[in-house]
Amino acid sequence: MSSTRESGGGLWRVAMTIAWRGLHTYVRRPDLFVPSLVFPLVFFASFAGGLSALGTIPGFHFPAGYTAFQFVFVLCQSAMFAGLFTGFTVAFDFESGFARRLMMAAEDRRGIALGYALVALCRATITMIVITGVALLSGMRITGGGVDVFGLYGLAALLVLVGYGWAAGVAFRFRSIQAGPLMQTPVFLILFLAPVYVPLKLLTGWIHAVASINPATSFLDAGRGLISGAHNHTALAFACAVALVLLFAIWTLRGLRNAESSP
Amino acid sequence: MKGELSMQIGTLARRAMRKTLRQPFQLFPIIFFPIILLAVNASGLRAATRLAGFPTHSYVSFAIAVAFIQGAMFALINSGTNLAEDIETGFFNRLALTPMRRVALIGGLLVGVAAIGALQSAVYILIGLIAGAHLDAGFAGALVIIVLGALTTVAFGALGCAAALRTGSGEAVQGLFPLFFVFIFLSSSNLPRNLLGTGWFHTVANWNPISYLIEAFRSLFIFGWDPAALWRGFAVAIGLMILGLLAVAVTMRGRLQRT
Repeated sequence: MSSTRESGGGLWRVAMTIAWRGLHTYVRRPDLFVPSLVFPLVFFASFAGGLSALGTIPGFHFPAGYTAFQFVFVLCQSAMFAGLFTGFTVAFDFESGFARRLMMAAEDRRGIALGYALVALCRATITMIVITGVALLSGMRITGGGVDVFGLYGLAALLVLVGYGWAAGVAFRFRSIQAGPLMQTPVFLILFLAPVYVPLKLLTGWIHAVASINPATSFLDAGRGLISGAHNHTALAFACAVALVLLFAIWTLRGLRNAESSP
Repeated sequence: MKGELSMQIGTLARRAMRKTLRQPFQLFPIIFFPIILLAVNASGLRAATRLAGFPTHSYVSFAIAVAFIQGAMFALINSGTNLAEDIETGFFNRLALTPMRRVALIGGLLVGVAAIGALQSAVYILIGLIAGAHLDAGFAGALVIIVLGALTTVAFGALGCAAALRTGSGEAVQGLFPLFFVFIFLSSSNLPRNLLGTGWFHTVANWNPISYLIEAFRSLFIFGWDPAALWRGFAVAIGLMILGLLAVAVTMRGRLQRT
């Protein structure tokens, strides 16, 4: 029986093997590939297209326009959901028995968690390229500089790992696709309890109170600041994202231990 | 003969209702998701009421209409998944071998779906009123909403049954859910059609029948009695129901031949 820790080489060998398999499966299966692209595009069309009139509300000032304002939300959402859906893949692999066999064979089992994280990042990259292309074709303006845009995609990459860390931790503990709602619902709620449609200052009532303490608000504020060049909570957002990545890395590795010790 | 048929339909309708009401994972999304989305959208989009030409000062009154459509879409999933489960376990085949009339096999299920649709519509009205929505059409309007809610639920439920009969797989039926959700997103669900600023989106929303269903529910909350909105809404619900029942008839024939 292989142990959890063997060597750095083993860790990366396992991770790269899983990443290759995961990506190969993803691009060859339309039932995985198509929805992951269609959903963000539908959200983008619905919010940026259907709600564009909100950009004319008194008090709404966003230099890059409403399309860019909504693009950042869709980018953050698709990043987190790419991580979540990879968590679904982990759960499915446990249900099918593949993950069990994988754990028997892996030189370093931490490579399993790392490999799926790489899958999540690859999936998110494909989705983000498509969304960005469609947004630019639909006339989205980017008023931020090159470094700002790089920062925006860096933040999105951290959000992929946040979504994946949470979902993988759940998947390793429950080892069933039936835990899907448990992975999805909290992320969905956190994202939609942030200033999705209008800036925080235009929200009133309980949603303003909730959005003010919601970490997703800082992600959206920072992302919108980066795309428009008017920085807003950028350092806070990166600090929150890194802290969440570290927290969920511990959550995932403990979940992996839980899976190892389960009968 | 007629009494026998109604007894068969009644028995299967009671079974369909119990199956939904007794399973929390089927009941929970019907109540939880439309309400949570209403809460989030009504708060997040309250600023939209400041747009010139927005028909009301209460976004809850405007947005509550979407809950009825979301509820009907959950009925599609529940009825389709339940029927697919009956097919997968062989229960449907055993029923088909009994002297039970064929129309009762699906009719019973859809009557149960209609009852659930009426019940969930009443719950949405109640929650909407508690959340601060104003029902301009009054008590009679509430009754019309319940009838339209039940019709819409049957229409979507029939489409779910057709998918189940065609595929025989609960997973395939579940996969339809996002497809139908796209219709809600590309409709006048968040803003009235006259305020949809983006040209192509306005065109899609105009062609999307879900816009007219939503507007029928919405008209009773905001405008009171708007015959044009109601006429269009009922026409869409009945049209979808006929389409769903035709799809059921065709797929049922194929399923029973395979049996």
